[in-house]
Amino acid sequence: MIKHDNIEKSLPLMVVMIVIALSWGGMVEIVPLFWHDDTTTPVEGLEPLSALELEGRDIYIREGCHVCHTQMVRPFRAETERYGPYSVSGESVYEHPFLWGSKRTGPDLARVGGRYSDEWHRAHMYNPRDVVPESVMPSYPWLFEDKVDGRLTPKKMEALRIVGVPYTDADIEGAKAAVDGKPEIEALVAYLQQLGTVITKR
Amino acid sequence: MLSTFWQVWIVVIVLGSIIGCGVLIQYTSRGQRKEETDQTTGHDYDGIQELDNPLPRWWVMMFWATIVFGVAYLGVYGLGNFNGLLTVEVDGEQVTWTSGNQWKAEVQAFEKTIEPLYAEYSATPVTELVNNEEALLSGQRLFKSNCSVCHGSNAKGAQGFPNLTDSDWLYGGSPEQIKHTLAMGRQGAMPAWGGVLGEEGTANMTQYVRSLSGLKHDADAAAAAAPQYQMLCMACHGAEGKGNQLVGAPNLTDDVWLYGGSTKQIEFTLKHGRNGKMPAHQEILGNNADAKIHLLTTYVYSLSNK
Repeated sequence: MIKHDNIEKSLPLMVVMIVIALSWGGMVEIVPLFWHDDTTTPVEGLEPLSALELEGRDIYIREGCHVCHTQMVRPFRAETERYGPYSVSGESVYEHPFLWGSKRTGPDLARVGGRYSDEWHRAHMYNPRDVVPESVMPSYPWLFEDKVDGRLTPKKMEALRIVGVPYTDADIEGAKAAVDGKPEIEALVAYLQQLGTVITKR
Repeated sequence: MLSTFWQVWIVVIVLGSIIGCGVLIQYTSRGQRKEETDQTTGHDYDGIQELDNPLPRWWVMMFWATIVFGVAYLGVYGLGNFNGLLTVEVDGEQVTWTSGNQWKAEVQAFEKTIEPLYAEYSATPVTELVNNEEALLSGQRLFKSNCSVCHGSNAKGAQGFPNLTDSDWLYGGSPEQIKHTLAMGRQGAMPAWGGVLGEEGTANMTQYVRSLSGLKHDADAAAAAAPQYQMLCMACHGAEGKGNQLVGAPNLTDDVWLYGGSTKQIEFTLKHGRNGKMPAHQEILGNNADAKIHLLTTYVYSLSNK
């Protein structure tokens, strides 16, 4: 008999054993992907988000859009019929953190870019019921009044550069001027309109 | 493909874990009693004691079953660079299972069943196909997944998004024109006239535009704007305000308003312009886009021609 007393009565030992037990599968399922070409090479044509799109992404996160909307078209026919080509990991190389999500209250947004006009997005954000009467999405009228504050934009881009997003010095230099004082809705729509537009063929 | 290092890493950990589980269950079973007794393990927590009985046989069997399942699963789906024995049919050939291949197989199997139907529909002119209830239902389904977000699930549109049921067309309602709109998209281009017209001019022009549809208006203001209309607006909307479907200029005389016919809305339109956009759907619709556009055209056409 193994003396489980020893584990049960020593908190540090128990913590270590639990961590090992929980990470075991990850060692095989996750760790090798950090070095795998498929997951580390950007798909052809992938560009880092522009300063305005990047601020739009932060608004997307701030408003919790990712709580109801996934950004992951799975490789099933029903999904590719409705949303477009299935998502591949090379599209998310510059995403920190990724916004794939796991629950859909609203539709998937991985390929929403270019599907609807900017005007539609604005009307829909102001009050979703104006264009989709059946919608249960909240309204976001303040996005039309609040302005983007560009003070932190260059810092955000620098931080992303450290984790491998290829922003140039010129990108970072011009970032503040590119976003400062613009209405938040403009940033958000810019972000939405580029989602998933690198891959268009199923 | 995995590098040798990761290949070894994965294989060793996976197989090691499975074997380890087997060893563990063997090891802990050793020295256990064969039968149930009322002996306890000696543990006593607040008076609660633990009987020292062997693991139930069904439980041990389940444990072994998971090990067998694990090995079988690896055989079917693969491990490391071994791709597994499961195959799916892609392009008429059996290929190794991957989620990408499974998707291809799924899509191709479906295409095979749908293509004869699509071919039949596509060969029927829209004006004839509108009498086919089943085709209309398919068209409606396509409409609901692709078009209803802007045009509404009842196709009656919303402010800024055309009503498709009222026989009033910006770019024309013939099957060919509808098809063109669907496949290639449309870009509205009403310029902003605020700067040219000025405050008063915009107000007057608003009255003139309202007069064209016979709405309540200030006759003097409308008359004052009439010469300017002939100068600035006629090129697209026509001398009588009947519009021009070639450039998507709306008819101003029919009291159908994409952005609303109130004084306020017309003034806004004049001042700031409007740039409504219908996105091109040829690519968005994916496989069999032409057949889908044909069905969608039939459905949209049917809404105004029943």
